[in-house]
Amino acid sequence: MGTKGRFGIYGGQYITETLMNALDELEKAYNEAKADPSFQAELQDLLNNYANRPSLLYYAEKMSKDLGGCKIYLKREDLNHTGAHKINNVLGQALLAKRMGKTRLIAETGAGQHGVATATVAALFGMDCDVYMGKLDMERQALNVYRMELLGAHVHGVESGTGTLKDAVNEAMRVWSQECSYTHYCIGSTMGPYPFPTMVRDFQSVISREAREQILAKEGKLPAAVLACVGGGSNAMGMFYNFIPDEGVKLIGCEAAGEGADTPRTAATMNTGSVGIFHGMKSIFCQNEEGQIAPVYSISAGLDYPGIGPEHAYLASTGRAQYVPITDEEAVEAFEFLAKEEGIICAIESAHAVAYARKIAPTMSPDDSMIICLSGRGDKDVAAIARYRGRDLHE
Amino acid sequence: MSKTLHAFKDGKAFIPFITAGDPDADTTVRDILAMADAGADLIEVGIPFSDPTAEGPVIQEADAIALKGGMTINGAFEVVERVREVKPDLPLAFMTYVNTLFKYRGDAPAGVATEPYVPFFERCAKDGIDAIILADVPFEEQDEVLAVSDKYGVDLISMVSPTSEDRIREIAKNPRGFIYVVSSMGVTGVRSEFQFDHIENMVRIIRETNPGVKCAVGFGISTPDQARKMASLSDGAIVGSAILRKIHAGATTEEIADYVRSMKQAVMESM
Repeated sequence: MGTKGRFGIYGGQYITETLMNALDELEKAYNEAKADPSFQAELQDLLNNYANRPSLLYYAEKMSKDLGGCKIYLKREDLNHTGAHKINNVLGQALLAKRMGKTRLIAETGAGQHGVATATVAALFGMDCDVYMGKLDMERQALNVYRMELLGAHVHGVESGTGTLKDAVNEAMRVWSQECSYTHYCIGSTMGPYPFPTMVRDFQSVISREAREQILAKEGKLPAAVLACVGGGSNAMGMFYNFIPDEGVKLIGCEAAGEGADTPRTAATMNTGSVGIFHGMKSIFCQNEEGQIAPVYSISAGLDYPGIGPEHAYLASTGRAQYVPITDEEAVEAFEFLAKEEGIICAIESAHAVAYARKIAPTMSPDDSMIICLSGRGDKDVAAIARYRGRDLHE
Repeated sequence: MSKTLHAFKDGKAFIPFITAGDPDADTTVRDILAMADAGADLIEVGIPFSDPTAEGPVIQEADAIALKGGMTINGAFEVVERVREVKPDLPLAFMTYVNTLFKYRGDAPAGVATEPYVPFFERCAKDGIDAIILADVPFEEQDEVLAVSDKYGVDLISMVSPTSEDRIREIAKNPRGFIYVVSSMGVTGVRSEFQFDHIENMVRIIRETNPGVKCAVGFGISTPDQARKMASLSDGAIVGSAILRKIHAGATTEEIADYVRSMKQAVMESM
């Protein structure tokens, strides 16, 4: 087993020979940048003055009281520029790509949030941008396609395979292996070959760095639990990371069960998948007995991915974090609940974490608190939720 | 004992690739036998994978056709067994993605744990597979596979590419079988132009490091002229997409064999 980028047995660099040099180059550049105070200062400046950080830690008092258990705090990543946590990672990677002399960013996108964030930062930095998106997702998220185009990116429809997120990753990898000399592949989650899972986690760990300070300032003690939705796992890794050493803080990832973890129409990787090697990493994947990657399903295009980042697989294997399945129906109910309860329309992805909070908050002590990572805002999902509820609404 | 290196017995090798089950197992067996009779020195048999990230459109389509037609890992082994009945000495390699062999359980009953890779290489040894090429296992990740493939006498082929640079020397130190020289950047698929100086340079570094090692060039080759040129720079030429494209266009087994004959002749002319 290779030794680089391992989280227990998970991680690694299972990728074509042609890309190995690009990964080595990226690793070296990242380690240098990480240790360079001027890089960190420039990134922090962009996070604060462009992306609107630090994000609020909001005490959802009404929701807490109505659920009748612990105090619930929402980490408001939905208030970031471009409306999701994705911008944290893209600013970091784009700054690094610029430092490496790359002139173009490519990205995969599912729901379109990572694509929009990449297109946004490419515009800001004056870089070329190509985004790969499954054909099916382009239809589901037409508004985000136009948004990316408005920002100057080219959006390429991927028709191969299932026409969803995994196929977009496949295509971005293929393009990168041709053009890595001048192109940086800005992977949107804590996945892929090393150094991506580590690097994306570092860039997203700003979420828990802030949240940990904020909760200590408000409550004077650490939360009993931290919840985040998980697809590839970037907002969850960001939300968990600085709480990992705090053993009393439960880390809970909420994954997309679609129509149910016991049905084939699911994307609940941790609850239905098994160890495998795909997209550059050893991790947990939804797959058949022969190692063919399974088609997955969730109402949330952002969680509709058949794998999970290797660090999550490791945290699950050690028992440090737990991963629970949330169905479409539960997520939609939580989406509606949060809108009516707190006046916040969150992303359907984030609603998976809200759904689990509704289950466990009433069982927790009023002396304790929990933090839910509200990874994104829900404007993009409104039409799809309306259709789910039988309203014939199109954007 | 692996027969991989028998592929180079004529001095220059022509190595075709086809995907098992594209369009069906019977055709694959017939095509392999005909290619062998037409002079193919080693045949790479692709085990189809759902998400072939190193492949261009032609091999992606081949994998999709094969999987849709019900091809499985066991099915690919059965293709090899049928070929072996007729051609006991033909060098044969599998080409696939690592997850298929990582997950393969052979005959192990449900619920019984198996060691990763062991059932797969056990079956390779039994069916007479000489080598394996894994598109998504670079040198740095080879050890976990080598620990098993070496034990069963199957050569895990290493690749070098135009970006391998300093890594070429590491890769060339102790290769199994031959070294697969990736002609150019990007995925598999026909190309009209090559940077021959890059290819020459890769082969030179390999030979400086390890003078005895055989190198064959693949990715993008389709014409006899290209095959002749690649064989003149190395020990052979590997061709995949060009053959599958013919299969997808409805070429007969005889037409595939004619093509292989012309390519084998071209590589021999390079000597």
